[in-house]
Amino acid sequence: MANREWSLEQAGFSFRREAGRLVALLTRALGTENLELAEGVVHETLYQAMETWKVSGMPDNPSGWLYRVAKNKALDALRRRRHEVRMDFASPEERSLPWPSSSDSEGDNGSREPFSTNDSKVGSQEASVLADDMLAMMFACCHPGLTPESQVALILKTLCGFGTTTIAAAFLTSEDTISKRLYRAKEFFRSERIRLAIPAGETLPGRLESVLAAIYLIFNEGYLSATDTQPSSQPTVQPIRAEFMVEALSLGKLLADDARTTSPRVAALMALMCFQAARRDARLNGDGWLVPLADQDRNRWDQNLISLGMRYFALSAEGEEPSGYHWEAAIAMEHCSAASFADTRWDRIVEYYDALSALGPNLTVELNRIAARLEAEGPAQAKAALEKVAARFSCEGLALYHALRADILARLGQIQEASEAYAKAIAIAPTEAERIALQIKCEKMRAPRPNRPPADRHGEETPPQAKSGGESLD
Amino acid sequence: MKEYLFLFHGPKEPMSAFKAPEDFQKHMDKWQAWMGGLAAKGKLVSAQPLEPGGKLVAPGHRPATDGPFIEGKDMIVGGYLICRAESEEEAIELSRGCPILEDLDTSIVEIRAIRPM
Repeated sequence: MANREWSLEQAGFSFRREAGRLVALLTRALGTENLELAEGVVHETLYQAMETWKVSGMPDNPSGWLYRVAKNKALDALRRRRHEVRMDFASPEERSLPWPSSSDSEGDNGSREPFSTNDSKVGSQEASVLADDMLAMMFACCHPGLTPESQVALILKTLCGFGTTTIAAAFLTSEDTISKRLYRAKEFFRSERIRLAIPAGETLPGRLESVLAAIYLIFNEGYLSATDTQPSSQPTVQPIRAEFMVEALSLGKLLADDARTTSPRVAALMALMCFQAARRDARLNGDGWLVPLADQDRNRWDQNLISLGMRYFALSAEGEEPSGYHWEAAIAMEHCSAASFADTRWDRIVEYYDALSALGPNLTVELNRIAARLEAEGPAQAKAALEKVAARFSCEGLALYHALRADILARLGQIQEASEAYAKAIAIAPTEAERIALQIKCEKMRAPRPNRPPADRHGEETPPQAKSGGESLD
Repeated sequence: MKEYLFLFHGPKEPMSAFKAPEDFQKHMDKWQAWMGGLAAKGKLVSAQPLEPGGKLVAPGHRPATDGPFIEGKDMIVGGYLICRAESEEEAIELSRGCPILEDLDTSIVEIRAIRPM
């Protein structure tokens, strides 16, 4: 897949990313029951790197430096714990430390030597070993024996190197809760003696599904934070957490690039994430507030990501039944290829929502479908459809429902009723960013600028599987 | 212009002050900004970190011993930096930006004027 120009790929060195790679490498070598040990070794290694580099500058190949130091520390730890750490060298699936260097006679299998003694660049073979370790780690993190919350916390901590503080803040929970989730996950690894391996054969599709779900959760947390970053302080409303989006894309790319794990679903999710990420910059105004789709400056959409998304979308069309990711990607693609909000092919978008809706009952999907119908068919039909949905599902507690109802009423010219509906949505919207976006919408409705057609006041549908908040706000 | 030696005294186990890789990144970025600033102003002469271990050699032929180091307790010199400054006051001012003062509670920067040869 030719996607080297991927603009979201982080250039340069980051301790956080290196931490994830190192933990995956060491855990593969030491076994998941020693995840804690691996994390400890990585922490020490990063500390030593920081202490050395902060004054004398970074070496030419910082990754190689880190791997070398981590390897030595891991070997030391093994020597100290020779009797505690049981490594099954006989098993072909488990390996000794994958990087024996000439100076370490300990690793006497002498199979590979990823880093030459002068720390030259990591070669392609080593890169693929690394990708392998990261994939194996990803599957372990998403083991079906763990809850989705634990899976996500584990990925963010071990593979992406985020601290518990960041993870806790992202999911508006306490560090204590995150630590407990991580602790339970590690206990699970220990007691079940989970192996780090890429599943194969019949188990793969099911395991892949959990991995994709976790990646999508991480992406959505980045795309539209379900929670305020800092609940109490106002100036930093951070509705888009770019780092999470980048991590989700990187993890997805690992799956897509590997012949064993790639599949039309993986490609569909990648396409979806590329299309959504392409709009990142245009979704925020100068104050850091969310800009509705109708008002976004489409020149600021990232065309590289859009064309990358198109390539993944083409790949996703091979074989297999279309998944939810396929339909969501199709919807996002329609938005990305429309020259303007008015030029959007809403009829197609409605069709894709119909298909999505046929996969299973999902209130968010139903509401977004109505938002699309509002554009395709007008407010009267949308209102009737919304009333039907309200009779089937309980919608009262959902900001998205009230916001959509307000949009429809506004379009019908029922300004007073629309204002009341906006007020309800604002009262229960989960984040400050969304409250502000709703507020602006409501004010615009009450005092519309004369040069704007009424359609401009309306919003976008967003990923239906995203957390049930007020998604249709931007 | 005189030269001053900065000795960075910090806790023996400073690692626990850094919980996540992000903390390492931030601390290193701060160092690079601080030292980069000194270098840009032509104030930086040299700097090096020190390994935590070390030996003490006493008079006579007793074997060299591991620490505890002279300043004892939980503190250790983690590195040094030599800078140029017009006066001790300026050296103090330059040292204020040192990231250990911000990120490591009990840290101290010791400033010593280097006697010209």
